[in-house]
Amino acid sequence: MASERAAALCNACELSGKSLFVLPHTDHLVGYIIRLENAFYEHAQTYYYTEIRRVKSHKEFLNKTTHQLLFVRHQFKIAFFSELKQDTQNALKNYRTAYNLVHELRAHETNILEIKTMAGFINYKICRLCFQHNTPLDAIAQFRKHIDLCKKKIGSAELSFEHAAWMSKQFQAFGDLFDEAIKLGLTAIQTQNPGFYYQQAAYYAQERKQLAKTLCSPEASVTYPSPDPLETQTGALDFYGQRPWRQGVLSFDLSDPEKEKVGILAIQLKERNVVHSEIIITLLSNAVAQFKKYKCPRMKSHLMVQMGEEYYYAKDYTKALKLLDYVMCDYRTEGWWTLLTSILTTALKCSYLMAQLKDYITYSLELLGRASTLKDDQKSRIEKNLINVLMNESPEPEPDCDGAAVKTAQKLWADWVSLAGSNVFTVGVQHLVPFVQCKAKFHAPSFHVDVPVQFDIYLKADCPHPIRFSKLCVSFNNQEYNQFCVIQEASKASEVLENLTQGKMCLVPGKTRKFVFKFVAKTEDVGKKIEITSVDLVLGHEAGRCVVLNWQGGGGDAASTQEALQASRSFKRRPKLPDDEVHWDSVLVQASTMVISRVPSISVHLRHDPPALTNEMYCLVVTVQSHEKTRIRDVKLTAGLKPGQDANLTQKTQVTLHGTELCDESCPALLTDIPVEDLRPGEQLEKTLYIRCGTVGSRMFLVYVSYLITTTIEDREIVCKCHKDETVTIETVFPFDVAVKFVSTKFEHLERVYADIPFLLMTDLLSASPWALTIVSSELQLAPTMASVDQLESQVDKVVLQTGESASECFCLRCPAAGSVEGGVATGHYVICWKRTSAADSLPAISTAITLPHVIVENIPLHVSADLPSFGRVRESLPVRYHLQNKTNLVQDLEVSVEPSDAFMFSGLKQIRLRILPGTEQEMLYNFYPLMAGCQQLPSLNINLLRFPSFTNQLLRRFIPTSIFVKPQGRLGDDASIAAA
Amino acid sequence: MAVCVAVIAKENYPLYIRSVPTENELKFHYMVHTSLDVVDEKISAMGKALVDQRELYLGLLYPTEDYKVYGYVTNSKVKFVMVVDSSNTALRDNEIRSMFRKLHNSYTDVMCNPFYNPGDRIQSRAFDSMVTSMMIQVC
Repeated sequence: MASERAAALCNACELSGKSLFVLPHTDHLVGYIIRLENAFYEHAQTYYYTEIRRVKSHKEFLNKTTHQLLFVRHQFKIAFFSELKQDTQNALKNYRTAYNLVHELRAHETNILEIKTMAGFINYKICRLCFQHNTPLDAIAQFRKHIDLCKKKIGSAELSFEHAAWMSKQFQAFGDLFDEAIKLGLTAIQTQNPGFYYQQAAYYAQERKQLAKTLCSPEASVTYPSPDPLETQTGALDFYGQRPWRQGVLSFDLSDPEKEKVGILAIQLKERNVVHSEIIITLLSNAVAQFKKYKCPRMKSHLMVQMGEEYYYAKDYTKALKLLDYVMCDYRTEGWWTLLTSILTTALKCSYLMAQLKDYITYSLELLGRASTLKDDQKSRIEKNLINVLMNESPEPEPDCDGAAVKTAQKLWADWVSLAGSNVFTVGVQHLVPFVQCKAKFHAPSFHVDVPVQFDIYLKADCPHPIRFSKLCVSFNNQEYNQFCVIQEASKASEVLENLTQGKMCLVPGKTRKFVFKFVAKTEDVGKKIEITSVDLVLGHEAGRCVVLNWQGGGGDAASTQEALQASRSFKRRPKLPDDEVHWDSVLVQASTMVISRVPSISVHLRHDPPALTNEMYCLVVTVQSHEKTRIRDVKLTAGLKPGQDANLTQKTQVTLHGTELCDESCPALLTDIPVEDLRPGEQLEKTLYIRCGTVGSRMFLVYVSYLITTTIEDREIVCKCHKDETVTIETVFPFDVAVKFVSTKFEHLERVYADIPFLLMTDLLSASPWALTIVSSELQLAPTMASVDQLESQVDKVVLQTGESASECFCLRCPAAGSVEGGVATGHYVICWKRTSAADSLPAISTAITLPHVIVENIPLHVSADLPSFGRVRESLPVRYHLQNKTNLVQDLEVSVEPSDAFMFSGLKQIRLRILPGTEQEMLYNFYPLMAGCQQLPSLNINLLRFPSFTNQLLRRFIPTSIFVKPQGRLGDDASIAAA
Repeated sequence: MAVCVAVIAKENYPLYIRSVPTENELKFHYMVHTSLDVVDEKISAMGKALVDQRELYLGLLYPTEDYKVYGYVTNSKVKFVMVVDSSNTALRDNEIRSMFRKLHNSYTDVMCNPFYNPGDRIQSRAFDSMVTSMMIQVC
């Protein structure tokens, strides 16, 4: 059904079935549209293909001698059709051929415009296609070739501006193409970017303006020719680049010179109406945008200067100033003074023409300065103008200004004069290079509060003529000082700027002027910095018109840092100057000073006996003596641990004024502001401090004495707070070392003690103090696990120990319980109460507790003790009784034997086996009979426990004596003779 | 040959700048100043390359319609900039190089002068005459 209808439709329209495209009513038309598009595309392709064929067939009939122009035309057509056919490669090839053909044409003054126009068109096409093919270098090469070929083809001299305009257009067009290519993804570089082309376009536009200015300024009588030679019947040209008054003329000869003249005149007059500046500025701003992108800040600045100058020519002074002002600082910071001067000169003209007072003054300041490269006569002129302006008169017009604009400006200036109001202009000069240089210098980096603060302000003028100023004032961070630092000359307005070389308010060019200021610092500012925040120099009169040169900080401007650096490097000898003058370069800015407290005139002495001993009340005597001429009051003492040391020290150090009682944790480490009575001149006082140091090590102690005194300075009475501090480092040491050992009742060293068997505890106290120590008392505090055998009385009470001496004590102890305790049994504490021997009685004694070591307690199955006299005598009976105690819960079988000894005879059981019941005791009685005198080995008792093989005779020997001293046989009465001796 | 010769300090202010007297001096000042953009860029691109391996000659900085600007940077970052007329096609890269070398030698002589304070503007007759010799038209 549908196909039938389609066939019918095709029939009716005389179409082939292929040419019918159906668009159904659905939402998805994409496929159908693509089909349709392809069909159109194919048709178009075929059409252009045939068109190209047609043109080519025409071309075959041409010959080079007579149809030179048509060659270009045909080639262009082929290329253009190829381009439409989207065959860009062929298009490019054909355009190139066309371009070459254009330049084969014979150029003459009459057709040169046409040739250039065509060359321009074709060049545009080629470049565009090259960028499209992503071969930017080809595009650039083509453009360069194009420019080189056409640069010199100026044509008629009377219309040379036309050539410049064309050149400008070429560069601009290429810049546009380049920029477009970049937008599509091409990357440009710093040295090859569209900016250069826009810049060049702008230069040609400027050239065009210049040429137009010289060529198109006929006398006023010349009027635009009528009829208009530029008018054509159709209103348009038949061929691009031809003159309207002779279209289609191929001859090089001018058939009608008169008509030609009129035509040229018409073009010239038309050119006169072109706003060149606008074109130039647009191109420049395009270039600026590009250079900004490609990291060319200086190029950008340069172009902005040119834009500013162009605005100046266009009489848009506001915009000109804005641009120039913007870039000025770039040139200033980089130190290109020639360029800066040139910019400033233009800016000064702009500000003059607008009668912008403040700008006019600012630029004058800088043009008179040392950075300006103007000649002296120029500077004189500017200075004179500046003085005129400050005296509320009109300045002379700047040279080379447009006459009409000057007239307007003069009127504006006259308005200013008539207003005559008070107007003060403040110019921040630290970013400029003004003609007055300023340096502020405090005499010292710090001043005592009882000495006036002094500083100098150095001024130097660089202008050609001496200049007077009316006021110099200095501002400080503390504004209360400002009132003291003002130099002002009360004079009538008219006198202010007279060029008098005398007078203190006058700056002579090249001479350094010094102004000394002096003021008394406030006592509240002690410890603070006084800073010069700004220096203001007033030119002109404050009642009338004046300009305030304002330096932030202690002077210095945009160029002074570099100059100071150069001066510091230089080792050139400076010529000798009179004493009251200084070299400018040798003055260094010092814009701040410290106010420090008055030098105290008291002495603080510390008396003490180092080192300190741990925990003692260390006595530190502070002696304060006043050497002041007047009474000092509000004397306060701060003493203690110097802050800022280890935090642990703070907790382990206490300071107190009361030595009679031991200080505890609550005492501070630093006592602040202890009031002390006033001191008369020469008077001295003493204060005793007690310091308790809980740990050994060195500590820094601070003793700080502050007081108030009234003094007179510069006829003013001030109350000064003075202070003096002393620090001392005190070492703390242990007063003594305590050594403890356990020994058996035989004074043999014990590693362990045996349960229930008495042993000795020996303490040894070795004085480590360099000072004598008095042991007030000592006490043994036993742990519950220990018991004393006899009374625990101190044996070292009131003993005085010198350095290195030691005091020992001995206690007999017993350890009753015998549970096997891991790590031994606690013994208790040994508490020593001591003080320095030299310490006053009122000082409390310090008790030092020493924890005694733990001891290992062991049980033994059998305890043997012997009862025997302390000595024997030869051939006298010596009764010995051995007690054998069973310490176990078992019945013990034991073998006892006594080995004979050479020194003794003995009676008693020599060998026996016996049995001892638990907890009971067996006695063995022997009678020894010594045979020899001296210290003799006793017959050794050997016991063998059957149940406890570990109980050796070695162990046994610990409990019983193994030898005895035997005295020789004495005669009767001997004792008496000994007693007598 | 050269139409403008400039020596620029490390801090980018001019130490010496001279151009042919026939043309607008200011133009050359601007040209030299703007060329510092490229010099800066080239120096930063060289980066931390070893000093002894570094090429001092920077080559053509940027071409304008009428002039070619060449650059050279010493190890102490003092820059030499030379502006050459574009029409002077006879001038080869090698000749420019040797001119820069000559300039550098002469600058070194200036620096060796104990009375010269580095960073001051160069005021030396020997340097002046050397620059003059480089600016004389050879044709």
